[in-house]
Amino acid sequence: MSAAARQPQRRFPCTGAGPLRPFQQTRSAASVSSSDTIEMHMTTEAPFDTLPVRDEIATGLVAVAMSGGVDSSTVAALLQEQSRSVIGLTMQLWNQRRLPELQGDGPAQHRCCSLDDVYDAKRVAQHLNFPHYVVNFEEQFEARVVRPFVEQYLSGRTPIACTNCNTDVKFEPLLRMARQIGAERLATGHYARIRKNESTGRWELLRARDDSKDQSYFLWGLTQEQLARSEFPLGELTKDEVRSAARRVNLPVAEKPESMELCFVPNGNYVQFIEAYSREGGNPLSNTAGEIVNEEGIVVGHHQGVHNFTIGQRKGLGFAAGKPFYVLSIDRANNRVVVGDDESLRTTTCAIEQVNWIALENPDGPFRAEVKIRHKHLPASATVEPLGAESARVTFDSPQRAITAGQGAVFYAGDRVLGGGWIR
Amino acid sequence: MKRVYLDHNATTPVEPEVLDAMLPYFSGDYGNASSIHSFGQKARSAVETAREHVAALIGARPQEIIFTSGGTEADNHAIFGIAESAAPPAHVITSTIEHEAVLNTCQALEKRASSVTYLPVDHNGQIDLAILRETLRSHPETVLITVMHANNELGTAQPLEEIGRIASESDVYFHTDAVQSAGKIPIDVNAMKIDLLSLSGHKLYAPKGIGALYIRGGTRLRQLLYGGHHQRGFRPGTENVAGIVGLGKAAQIAKASLATDAARVSKLRDQLEQALLQRVPDSRINGGGATRTPNTTNITFPGIEGEALVIALDLKGLACSTGAACSSGAIEPSHVLTAMGLPADGARASLRFSLGRHTTAPDIDFALQAIPAAVSQLRELSPTYRKEAKAEAHS
Repeated sequence: MSAAARQPQRRFPCTGAGPLRPFQQTRSAASVSSSDTIEMHMTTEAPFDTLPVRDEIATGLVAVAMSGGVDSSTVAALLQEQSRSVIGLTMQLWNQRRLPELQGDGPAQHRCCSLDDVYDAKRVAQHLNFPHYVVNFEEQFEARVVRPFVEQYLSGRTPIACTNCNTDVKFEPLLRMARQIGAERLATGHYARIRKNESTGRWELLRARDDSKDQSYFLWGLTQEQLARSEFPLGELTKDEVRSAARRVNLPVAEKPESMELCFVPNGNYVQFIEAYSREGGNPLSNTAGEIVNEEGIVVGHHQGVHNFTIGQRKGLGFAAGKPFYVLSIDRANNRVVVGDDESLRTTTCAIEQVNWIALENPDGPFRAEVKIRHKHLPASATVEPLGAESARVTFDSPQRAITAGQGAVFYAGDRVLGGGWIR
Repeated sequence: MKRVYLDHNATTPVEPEVLDAMLPYFSGDYGNASSIHSFGQKARSAVETAREHVAALIGARPQEIIFTSGGTEADNHAIFGIAESAAPPAHVITSTIEHEAVLNTCQALEKRASSVTYLPVDHNGQIDLAILRETLRSHPETVLITVMHANNELGTAQPLEEIGRIASESDVYFHTDAVQSAGKIPIDVNAMKIDLLSLSGHKLYAPKGIGALYIRGGTRLRQLLYGGHHQRGFRPGTENVAGIVGLGKAAQIAKASLATDAARVSKLRDQLEQALLQRVPDSRINGGGATRTPNTTNITFPGIEGEALVIALDLKGLACSTGAACSSGAIEPSHVLTAMGLPADGARASLRFSLGRHTTAPDIDFALQAIPAAVSQLRELSPTYRKEAKAEAHS
């Protein structure tokens, strides 16, 4: 079977940075309701066209995390239009010449961290005339994003590298470096919004105005301190508005296509990547083959390694069946993939670990929320029961399809992110 | 904004006198130095004068100099040229702190059936001569020792005379990359028994894109490039007349001013070092125990990321650098400092300041205003420095 055919159809929209709405448009800001701390049914909030202005952000140097894409480039342009003092930082995260067996001939295609993208970011900085630097976080990126990504797949989970990258690289060492070199804050091209809730005193993360671009799902790990030091200027804009802003100021990347692939995986083929990375690390994954069983434990086929599978996957099961079969679960201990029909994929509860609370501060009892369990999932009503400070149990009102270990579960009240964690 | 440039080991400005010397050869006297007619003769004459100046800087004869596109080509030519004119497999000795132009060339050699020994260095960046002697082999035969003169990151100089003696006693060719030392410390290819030596124009107040390779008369060297008969066929390609003239002029100036420049610049460098050691707690000089080029200092400021400090200083108007930059411009941990025994975090916390012929005392004052403030700004937000300081307070 070709590598392409084995590859589950999931894509990970990563983000560079996004556009900005001029702050005066948000200046009519209503204050936030004072009673929305741990209440139930917080789903009927006013739309956030009324975000309070963060006056304090209008001063001081701001560092823009620039991927070389149109979103983060536009962030820099819009901040500069507001007379902010801007510097650009582009992270060097992955050596594209590693894992040569994954490389094609000639220079690397357009991907994050490719030289093309670095040069694009530099061209934008030159065009707008602000300082720009490339900073090396390869070590941190490998330790905190790439290695865990591979390990998670090999343990039968389906990780989201972008969330780790946000929490542990962009808003950790990069934010720290930005501050060390004198920036007050780090601005990125994420489509999401940040506000300070004056009544609770907490920094809140909110969905982007453009629902189709919203990236709040990937940002649930941000701490209060990280949120306080971050800016998402594109949160109020649609992608079209970002493109037109980019065109208006003649950004050299205004027409650049969007990158939808995991930045360190060439061609988006992560199975190949996992195998090449493991081989490089001295673990050739030679003994990963195992059985595919049905819910009764009867062997119905064989597989070449659990990293080829994700919950809910139908393609690539490697055997023909009368009715469609789907991956129901991955039994790492026995190296088995369990398959069944679509109905069996639907479950009601899941355990959440490493919870990070955002709008709420350590809630002391169950609350209602809409919970989103993967990037393309429509948030579903559920009761979230905190179990200690860092765990929770989510019980949906109706069964959800393919709740997948390793993905994030994000608790929303309307546009507000109450918190989130990893699905166990 | 006032800007001060303390990164002369990366590149130097073209000296105005050098530029003046070059300018006629772009459009007035544009002849091809290989042409028979008077246009060509004028260019030829300029090239040969330049060759004499370059030869004089290192005590060579003019016919032993060929011009190249720069230091990297000269290194490649010397190393491939010697190793591949010998009967394979050949053995080459180099050091762990060479510039990439040598290291990566040696690695390429290894892929072509030659073997390479990378000599370790001590905490002052010096190879051990006893180890060098032990490393010489007859099966496969050692054909080349290539050890740099001054290191680009540290400024430390290797004992070329001793290395040259060992090479000559063992009948092994000796190449040195003198890109960072030429014009800064005296070089005599005969006293040092050097067979091949690489030079780069832009480290010497000449332009980028021109360099030279000294090849001792009688040396058997395979050519690197194939083409016409230029430069006796050693290095085909129409001569870069203006660049060659620039390098010649720069060599002439360097030879004349080497002693006075060295005295003046080393005094400023020492002032910078002493003041930084005083004003920045826990700072340490790297390679200070060795003979160094007069313009270079490499300092560790524990608890900081060198990369962040370079950026913070640039934003204040001071240009300096950490180790080598990779293709994207991001900074990689220095293989030189690691080879000297610095732990990874120490290597990452190190900066190089390299002064130039035109660096002034006010420039040093400016640096001394900027650096201590930037270091403490970084340390305030450094989790590791606070930890270290606490650990010391408790001990």
